[in-house]
Formats: sequence, structure tokens, C-alpha cells
Amino acid sequence: MNISRRGPDRRGTLLLAAAFFFAGAVFSAGGAPAGPEPPPAAQPAPPASGDLQVPAPPFSEGIYPCSQCHNKDLPVNRTRRKLEAAHDDIALQHGPPENRWCLDCHHADRRDFLHLANGEQIDFRHSYQLCGQCHGDKFRDWRAGVHGKRTGQWNGKKEYLLCVHCHNPHSPRFKPIEPLPPPQPPQRTNDWKGLIP
Amino acid sequence: MKANVSKPGGKKVESLPPASPCAGRMADGGESGCASRRAFLSLAGVSLTVLGMGGCSREAREEFHQKHFRELSPEERQSIISRLEKEYSARFGKNVTVGTDPAAPETQFGYALDLSRCVGCRRCVYACVQENNQSRDPQIHWIRVLQMEKEQGVNIHHADPYYAPKQVPEEGYFYMPVQCQQCKNPPCVKVCPVQATWQEPDGIVTVDYNWCIGCRYCMAACPYGARHFNWGTPSLAAGEMNSETHYLGNRPRPQGVVEKCTFCIQRTRRGRYPACVEICPTGSRKFGNLLDPDGEIRYILRNKRIFIFKEDLNTQPKFFYFYGV
Repeated sequence: MNISRRGPDRRGTLLLAAAFFFAGAVFSAGGAPAGPEPPPAAQPAPPASGDLQVPAPPFSEGIYPCSQCHNKDLPVNRTRRKLEAAHDDIALQHGPPENRWCLDCHHADRRDFLHLANGEQIDFRHSYQLCGQCHGDKFRDWRAGVHGKRTGQWNGKKEYLLCVHCHNPHSPRFKPIEPLPPPQPPQRTNDWKGLIP
Repeated sequence: MKANVSKPGGKKVESLPPASPCAGRMADGGESGCASRRAFLSLAGVSLTVLGMGGCSREAREEFHQKHFRELSPEERQSIISRLEKEYSARFGKNVTVGTDPAAPETQFGYALDLSRCVGCRRCVYACVQENNQSRDPQIHWIRVLQMEKEQGVNIHHADPYYAPKQVPEEGYFYMPVQCQQCKNPPCVKVCPVQATWQEPDGIVTVDYNWCIGCRYCMAACPYGARHFNWGTPSLAAGEMNSETHYLGNRPRPQGVVEKCTFCIQRTRRGRYPACVEICPTGSRKFGNLLDPDGEIRYILRNKRIFIFKEDLNTQPKFFYFYGV
């Protein structure tokens, strides 16, 4: 039972961690120092209406909050570039490469948050809103419980997974996996020994 | 015995005389000295049974005389469950429970599988084996994943269940897991000569392993290859045994009986998802109540392209394949 859960979770964790570092490097590579910022607006809690549970985003231990490193001592660099100082392990394979980069999703000024296309700041726990901007059909199916995995009770409490629990946000396509062994072809059973002369 | 018998000639016979003089006496007063053939054979049969079972334990005698599961009184059912729990707990060295949870009202289980997302990793196959206590050797799998060529579409003449590449999915192929389709019109149930298999009110087709005689007619009748026979004594290590069982589901099976997918009856009757649904790493498997208009299954039936396997046979499966992409 744990095979599938463990895989995506761990992968997602690493990816998110990488994403944070990536964003961090972007901001830290020079540019004007960030001015004093208002505290981030309080986000509505994830839907916890009893029947619906969304687990926490798969952060790596110690990686979040991003503002540990991306604080006022690291000025924001908004120039599109290949990251080299940090987060250089992230290969962004999400949409047309020439049109995507870190700050399309990561909030430049409030590092512990993401942002929507309209600039609205969102919590990492609500990253599905960000994904749903482009993948509306998947978002609709996910809300209905048809895209992605649901666990729990078919007639009661259910647990959704966030998009990033299964999809690496920087490279969302599923990677091939090793299949479990094929069935044995039909064979005679040893129980017949002694019964057949 | 009275009967109106019409003969071809048109003459009606009002009543037939007793077959033998003592038949009437038996019906009236049950005279024991009568030597009719039927009475003799009955007595001989009972005597032989008693003699034959003389050396058996009380449990074996009870099992031999067990009534059909659906005709049991609550007390009889409880007695059988206690006997089985005791037997299994002793055999596997742990506390084994055997449930008899009945079908919930207004429930018809339905299942949907996304053919466009399944990658053929077989996680479901082994989660099912683990959950449902299938025999490891001889090997029994309730789920068989077919690898099919995209160019051919769903064509079982071009299907391979034994694929073993290093990684899946392979280019040019798609994967179609096949298990019991829980037909609304199940041919396997029709052919069973002893009614050891039947459809429950929530749609699950179940087998009573205590009643199955192992004739395998149901396997011949099933067009999906979903039924499996215990040719040998099932092997199941105590450490791998799932101790939460259901009488009609994953309790340990003896040699010589047929078994099949029950939508994890021990889980779903308690509100949980089947094991194959929970393990699927791509979320291709969906399960729910067909009678719930807001449920996942009805959403899929409304909004997705549906494929019903061997629809032309009119088995009316409650297992739907769909294309989510």
C-alpha cells in the first residue's frame, strides 16, 4: 500500500524543495534590496469541512519557510537567467521553456508564497489554484475526485492529494516506473504428486 | 398425492392412487415398519452418513451439515463465524476476524478505470493479493493487466499479460487491467449448479467457499477470465495474512474452490475504498456508489467517454473503462 504513496511524496518533496532554492537563488543574485514588506495576508485554511482532507504540501525538512534564506539580506534579481548560485539542479520542463521561469509562480517579494497570474498571493497549501489556471479541465476533474487519487472512505471522509504530491511542479509529466513481476504462466501444481500414478 | 392429469385422448384422471399401500400410511401416521424403497434408501443414506462421519470432529460434522449461507439464522451464522475465526486464528497464530457485514441499503457499487492513465505498473495486482489473502503458490491473481498495442486498440488477440520491460509505460502500448466486472447480468451465477455464487443486493458477485463444489462451470461461463480455481492447497504465510476478513470475501480458501474479486467486500462494506483504488499511483481507479448522483462514478459516466468490455455479451458490467484525457 505504501509503495505508490511514498514515491510521489518523496519526489514531490524534493521538487518543492528544489523550487524554493531555485526561487531563492533568483532573488539573491543581485538587484535592488527588497524594501520592508507587510506581513503576508492571512490565507484561508485549506478546505477542512469534515469530508475533505488535503495533506500538507510535501516540503523537505528544513526547506520551508523559504524566507530563512530569502530574507532582506538577499536582494531580488528579476532578470530571467539560468540559475547557477543555487537551485541549479532544477531543469524546468513545464510548458514552453522560453516562456517559463521561477517568478511566474513564485512570489518575488513574499518568498513563502506563490502567486496567481493576476498577482494574487496564495499559500503553498493552495497551489492547486495556481495549477488550475492553465489546467482547468484537470482542476475540474480533481475537484470532482476524478483526476488524481482519493483515499479514505467512499461514502465519508476523503483525502485528496495536491497536484504536487504526484507531479513534480518543475517537470510534471509522470516518469516511467518499474513494473512489478508478471504472473506465472499456468502450471501444474505439486499437490497432484502422489495422487496421479 | 393428487393431481389432475390430462391425457392426449382428452380423458381426465381425477386422482392417482398411492404408489404403494404404505405410502398412504406413512403420510398419515408414519408407520416405521414400512419397507418402501424410498424409506429404505433414506434410512440407509442417513445410516451411512452417520457411520462415515463417526470418526470426524464436531467441527467437521457441523461444516458438513452447514446450510446455504443465505438460509442461515443469525444464531447459526454466528456459530459458523465463531468456528471459522477459531480455526483461522489457530492456523495463522493471530486474531483473525471474519465479518458478515451485509449490503448497505441504496447502494450499488460501481467502478471506473481510466485507460488513458494506467501505466501497467501492476501495483494493483499485488495490493489485491496482499489484501485478499490470495494463494502465493500456486499463484492466484484476481487482477490481470493486459498490455495492448495502441494501433490495435482494445483487441484481446493482441494482448499480452506477461510483459516485463524494465520500465512502463512502453512506447506504443496501453494497459488494461481486467478483473471481475461485477456484472448485473452475471453468466457465472446462472451456471452454478449449487447456487454457491450469487449477486448481493449491493451488486457484488460473491462465492461461498463452503458451498462451492469446484465444478468450474462459472469459470467457463465468465467471459472476462475473472474467476480463479484453487488447484492446489493455497499457501499463505502467517505474516502476510490479512486478518480482517469477510465470509464472502478474503477469508482463507480451501483447495478445490473458485474465487474472484469482490470489490474488497471486507473494506467497501465498511466504507473504505478497495485496495487497488488506494494503491494506484496514477489515480486511474475510481470507486463509488452508482446510486449517488453526485459521486465520482456518476460524474465519470456523465462526462467521460466510456468503454464497456465485451458489451455485446449483455453482461452489463458495473466496471467501466473510461478515457480521462
